[in-house]
Amino acid sequence: MSLASTILASDALLPARNQMALSLGWHIILACFGMAFPAMIFVVHRRGLRGDDAALELAKRWSKVAGVLFAIGAVSGTILSFELGLLWPGLMRTYGDVVGLAFALEGISFFTEAIFLGIYVYGWGRLPGRLHIMMLVPIMAAGLIGSFMVISVNAWMNAPTGFRLVDGVPVDVDPVAAIFNSAAPLQFLHMYLAAAMVVGFTIAGVYAMGWLRGRNDRLHHLGLVVPLAFAAIAAPLQPVVGHFAGQRLADEQPIKLAAMEGLTETTEAARLEVGGLWNGEELVGAIEIPVNGLLSFIATNEFDATVTGLDAVPPDERPPVGVVHIAFQTMVAIGTALVGVVAWFGFRWFRRHDRLFESQWLLRVLVAAGPAAIVAMETGWITTEVGRQPWIVHGLLRTEDAVTDAGYIWVTLAILVLVYGAMTLGAAAVIRSMSRRWRTGERDLISPYGPSLDEAAGGAEHHEAMVAP
Amino acid sequence: MSAADAVAAVMFSAVVLYSVFGGADFGSGVWDLTAGNALRGARTRRLIDHAIGPVWEANHVWLIFVLVFLWTGFPTAFVSIMQTLAIPFWLAGLGIVARGAGFAFRKFSPTLRWARIAGIVFATASLATPFFLGTIAGSIASGRVSTEPTGELWSSWLNPTSLLGGVLALAACTYLAGVLLTADATKLGEHDLAAELRPKVLIGGVITGAIALAGIPILLIDATDLADGLLTEGLPFALVSSAAGIVAMWQLWRRSYRRARISAAAAVASVLVAWGVAQYPWLLTQEATIDDAAGADPSLVGLLIATALAAAFVLPPLLYLLHLADSNRVGTLRPTR
Repeated sequence: MSLASTILASDALLPARNQMALSLGWHIILACFGMAFPAMIFVVHRRGLRGDDAALELAKRWSKVAGVLFAIGAVSGTILSFELGLLWPGLMRTYGDVVGLAFALEGISFFTEAIFLGIYVYGWGRLPGRLHIMMLVPIMAAGLIGSFMVISVNAWMNAPTGFRLVDGVPVDVDPVAAIFNSAAPLQFLHMYLAAAMVVGFTIAGVYAMGWLRGRNDRLHHLGLVVPLAFAAIAAPLQPVVGHFAGQRLADEQPIKLAAMEGLTETTEAARLEVGGLWNGEELVGAIEIPVNGLLSFIATNEFDATVTGLDAVPPDERPPVGVVHIAFQTMVAIGTALVGVVAWFGFRWFRRHDRLFESQWLLRVLVAAGPAAIVAMETGWITTEVGRQPWIVHGLLRTEDAVTDAGYIWVTLAILVLVYGAMTLGAAAVIRSMSRRWRTGERDLISPYGPSLDEAAGGAEHHEAMVAP
Repeated sequence: MSAADAVAAVMFSAVVLYSVFGGADFGSGVWDLTAGNALRGARTRRLIDHAIGPVWEANHVWLIFVLVFLWTGFPTAFVSIMQTLAIPFWLAGLGIVARGAGFAFRKFSPTLRWARIAGIVFATASLATPFFLGTIAGSIASGRVSTEPTGELWSSWLNPTSLLGGVLALAACTYLAGVLLTADATKLGEHDLAAELRPKVLIGGVITGAIALAGIPILLIDATDLADGLLTEGLPFALVSSAAGIVAMWQLWRRSYRRARISAAAAVASVLVAWGVAQYPWLLTQEATIDDAAGADPSLVGLLIATALAAAFVLPPLLYLLHLADSNRVGTLRPTR
């Protein structure tokens, strides 16, 4: 067989899972901005309306950045809806009408967001200030409702409900019960806090970089403090919400929890092990906390309770433990470190407010905190998604039975890697070029939603770009 | 009318709206591609940025609506369509990504070189995407999607009716965009630009009409069910479409561009309605009717409630956005100083 026909005849499961992971993992970063950024823009815009010019300028800049990120997020989201049908026919054929209503409501939310963002970005200098800022309210509300709906579908895959199976066919479908499944509320809270952390730390990190380069003006002060305030509220709450989400797992998806903790055998009064690596059989190099029943307590609130281990199910119903374990441990480690960053910042805020940003080290750590928060969020998604395997719908439908039988998915995966790589570079280059132009004094940039050309004072470089194809 | 019929009607309305709004968006990419070099084409490209910038996102959400309504209302048909027409869907998806990224990146490009690359990506993808979406429509209309996907990856969309659908979609999008851009240029006081566009748009209209006429024998041979439907129930709408197309050309000739854009949009919309009426009650011709393919009833009702919500909450601000984008822009196309 030639190489081409080998590739075309290969099994779709692995490439399809990788492609979905890439598309979702990429899209989710932009989705974070959709969820949390409008609230931050609202805060600075409100300050701006009360006479703080730096804050108003910041709101303008951020709204342009939001416009670009939103435009790219819209297309990567469209790809996801294609992929549901192209990669996972077995899921959509059987359960499309069970989970579909959530997607429809998300679609409406997204539409609302798109329209009001268009009005908001277009509205600078056109709408009166008090009306203009109110355009952010539907954007924020739609962002929350829309993300709840999408997360609720994912939560439904963990806790399927709202139907009864008769001969493998769902009957008595209750789409509203499917939306409000038992996993949805905590998963949504967990993700919303993650979004606030990702956006908060990332934007704060950008302005911390500015401080390190000596741009210590009011704009950089606000640009750092406002997003960081959001992250500072979210970061300490996140472990609490995560804890309760874990307790739901102990109840409803114990094997996922066992994989996260690397617990091989069902154990009474189980001890907690931290770190270590999975060698295919067991954890090696983990640190055991010498408190009897600590894991049992964390999972169930009782020290002597039994925690289900991997041995409770046959091997073909266990997820790939190594990936789940290391992803989970990474998420927890970074999340804990980020709480430490917040504590450090809080200490300086209250004790050294006059010299808040004189610590170069704090600024450097803040620069690193953004990427770290993204890694924590991605490893969190890897934990929940890989941890659900081999099921696509927990306990009911195996991923291998849901995947397409098309043989060419390696090809689409390879193309998507290239396309998303190019889009990442493009987005980075564009945002850098925006900030460079702002620094050279150009105020009004044209965005994809762009208001006017002649408001933009032209530098030579800018002028060139405007006449380009 | 069953709940399934109502959901299908809403879904098909979204198809029509996407064809008009999204279609004009796609078509503008063709004008962008053919506008000439960086210097000569600058004004046309600015006009395009100006025209589609504010409504960029909103114009493409219609597609998401269609997909969501399809998989919620008719899950098995959704899977059959996606699996049978996987290749054009992948290619259209690629085009949508490339187009969105190219458009968003072009304006903020660090250098002319980058802007040129982003612009070429945007324009090329604008050409490819409606073509592939058009082939998908052609395949569904000619009954090539079976409820048991047969794995005919290529012949399912590389056939006379599908290719007709692709070419016609591309031509119609280009023509529609040309009419809208000419109207916009006039409103902005750029009469010389409008005069430059006008003959090209007229030629585009003639080409589109010619393709539509050439399609008649193709359908009679290759898609007999569709042809039957178009000659009976669909006929009034097909006639309205032709009439609107001719009126649009007349208005374009008379330089009455604002009216021409309404007639051109009506021509595109009514030809789609003709297709929908001709195919009713089949969702997948000779395979599954709308009722056969319908999903769970509560979900259908849910979709209808969601539609009502959308009409209440989304439509008014959408109209306001379109109004904002349409007004208050005189003089903004002047070159930067």
